[in-house]
Amino acid sequence: MATREVKPNDPAIDPATGEFRVIAPGQTFRSITEKIVRIVLTPHTPMGWFGLFTVAGGGAVMLLVALTWLFLKGVGIWGITQPVAWGFAIINFVWWIGIGHAGTLISAILLLFKQGWRNSISRFAEAMTIFAVACAGLFPLVHMGRPWLGYWLFPLPFTMTVWPQFRSPLMWDVFAVSTYATISVVFWYIGMVPDLATMRDRAQSKIAQYFYGMLSVGWRGSIRHWMRYETASLLLAGLATPLVLSVHTVISFDFAVAVLPGWHTTIFPPYFVAGAIYSGFAMVLTLAIPLRKFYHLEQLVTERHIDNCGKVMLATGFIVAYGYAMEAFMAWYSANHWEAFTFWNRAFGPMGWSYWVLITCNLAIPLTTLWSRKLRTNIAFMFFISIVVNTGMWFERFVIVVTSLTRDFLPSSWGTYRATKWDYMTFVGTLAFFTFLFLLFVRLLPMMPMNEIRMLLPGAKIKPKVAEAAD
Amino acid sequence: MPAREGTYGLLAEFDTPGDLVRAARQAHQDGWRRMDCYTPYPVEEAAEAIGFHRNKVPLLTLIGGLLGGAAMFALQTWISVLAYPINVAGRPTYSWPAFIVPAYEWTILWAGLSAAFGMLALNGLPALYHPLFNAPNFRDGATTDKFFLCLEALDPKFDLAEAKAYLQQFHPNSVVEVEY
Repeated sequence: MATREVKPNDPAIDPATGEFRVIAPGQTFRSITEKIVRIVLTPHTPMGWFGLFTVAGGGAVMLLVALTWLFLKGVGIWGITQPVAWGFAIINFVWWIGIGHAGTLISAILLLFKQGWRNSISRFAEAMTIFAVACAGLFPLVHMGRPWLGYWLFPLPFTMTVWPQFRSPLMWDVFAVSTYATISVVFWYIGMVPDLATMRDRAQSKIAQYFYGMLSVGWRGSIRHWMRYETASLLLAGLATPLVLSVHTVISFDFAVAVLPGWHTTIFPPYFVAGAIYSGFAMVLTLAIPLRKFYHLEQLVTERHIDNCGKVMLATGFIVAYGYAMEAFMAWYSANHWEAFTFWNRAFGPMGWSYWVLITCNLAIPLTTLWSRKLRTNIAFMFFISIVVNTGMWFERFVIVVTSLTRDFLPSSWGTYRATKWDYMTFVGTLAFFTFLFLLFVRLLPMMPMNEIRMLLPGAKIKPKVAEAAD
Repeated sequence: MPAREGTYGLLAEFDTPGDLVRAARQAHQDGWRRMDCYTPYPVEEAAEAIGFHRNKVPLLTLIGGLLGGAAMFALQTWISVLAYPINVAGRPTYSWPAFIVPAYEWTILWAGLSAAFGMLALNGLPALYHPLFNAPNFRDGATTDKFFLCLEALDPKFDLAEAKAYLQQFHPNSVVEVEY
């Protein structure tokens, strides 16, 4: 099917492989550098950027208002109550962390698999990870009720000589998420050092030279430095890979270790990780598609990237579908009365609508259409799919957290859940805060790894003298 | 670093990585040792050419990871067994399987930090000043699209006029003398 759709002599297709080119032809080291550097080192900030920045900044202020009111009044302003004590805060926490996972997947796992196409999207995918983890990390802190005692989570020597309880998955979460945030920031920054040196050397103004000069720690491209740098990058990728798989696994333990029907299942770790990558790639597309259009980066983020993201989403989407199928199967096969009821309640109970939103957004729409290469390379359609999948994955977290909690073993303790305006303000506020941080990143830092893109260019190949003369 | 005066070295500029690698390989064969290549992206062949094959980053990472994991495991054991034993549904205080998860995370944390900061330390970074930044063509090229070979004055073979003539045989774009 793929070969039939390829038009002969299409410049976007590499004749050797029949695939879309990773980088459009005709680029040189200098043209790539100029293209990426100019986005940042321009005195003219685009009006569109200012417009969006204002909106996102306003949203971030709304988050600040919501959190201030929360700190003044306590978590009672949210919709949480008994039996649903975990509401939007945990839904959003899991959703945001999941979004972060695609960035690590692209930067670490695809690096280990030597997937050269990842190079041009890896930097902003990593930035997405960091900002998503920042938004995620906010929720466990503010949902504690007394967030000023948040440091109790860490094993610190207090005068009361009270220590944390390490047999709880909630405690494991502290270490998993804090490690994930730290390693993501380090990986992102180390990856950026050579590019910051390029920015330092291309900057005209004194302030920019100082700013990028300090950040680039005096990088000068010595080959000895480069070799240690390459070793460190590979090691960091090798370390980030088991880390990223462990983070959502540990988060799924928060649920799976509890005895609640609908939570107490062994499918959770793989199913959470696959769902995380599914929603993360959707978020990569949500960011990449407007970005390449706005900054005219179609030659660096080509249809190949969109196509490949679509393929990853198709694969992880099916793992998620397997997870849903297993939940249904185990509800029947376990012969456990409560499991069966929980499943029935999810699909047909008072909150059943949320289950069908999730099935529509995560399975029905993407998994039927992403097979087609024509649709995978249709930019508008892929943007639509990315929003659909992100919505679907949010509802998946909603279904897991809320519908399982509303009706557990004892019918006398059943309840319902209704989010308040403060819940919505906090959630929408983090979306705005994320956009706000991302806009700052795009404006101030090189959003694509220039040094890695250079390696993809034909000029980077070392040819024997004879072949070079023949060119 | 003690303040030095005079020549740091000679810097030859090339347009392609192939030219640089050929020049570096030849210079290494001819007995030059105090030299370095400067490229806008990692060129493994250039490192091979100047005889730089292995580095200590993996060792540092291993040590960091092992120490991190051991420290976390020991901390949890000390807290749960000695400092603050809690009876959780009759489970043993030394319930080591539960301690593996935080220990695993700290192995990764400290291995990663050791890899990143160890790499910077072995590279002698941060070093905001370096004599090469004085070369007029270095900053425009080395981080963008040019490939440099630097023969350093500390090499016993170094003689300004001879080294200049030596570098010219590789047909570089230019050969520049770099001052401290």
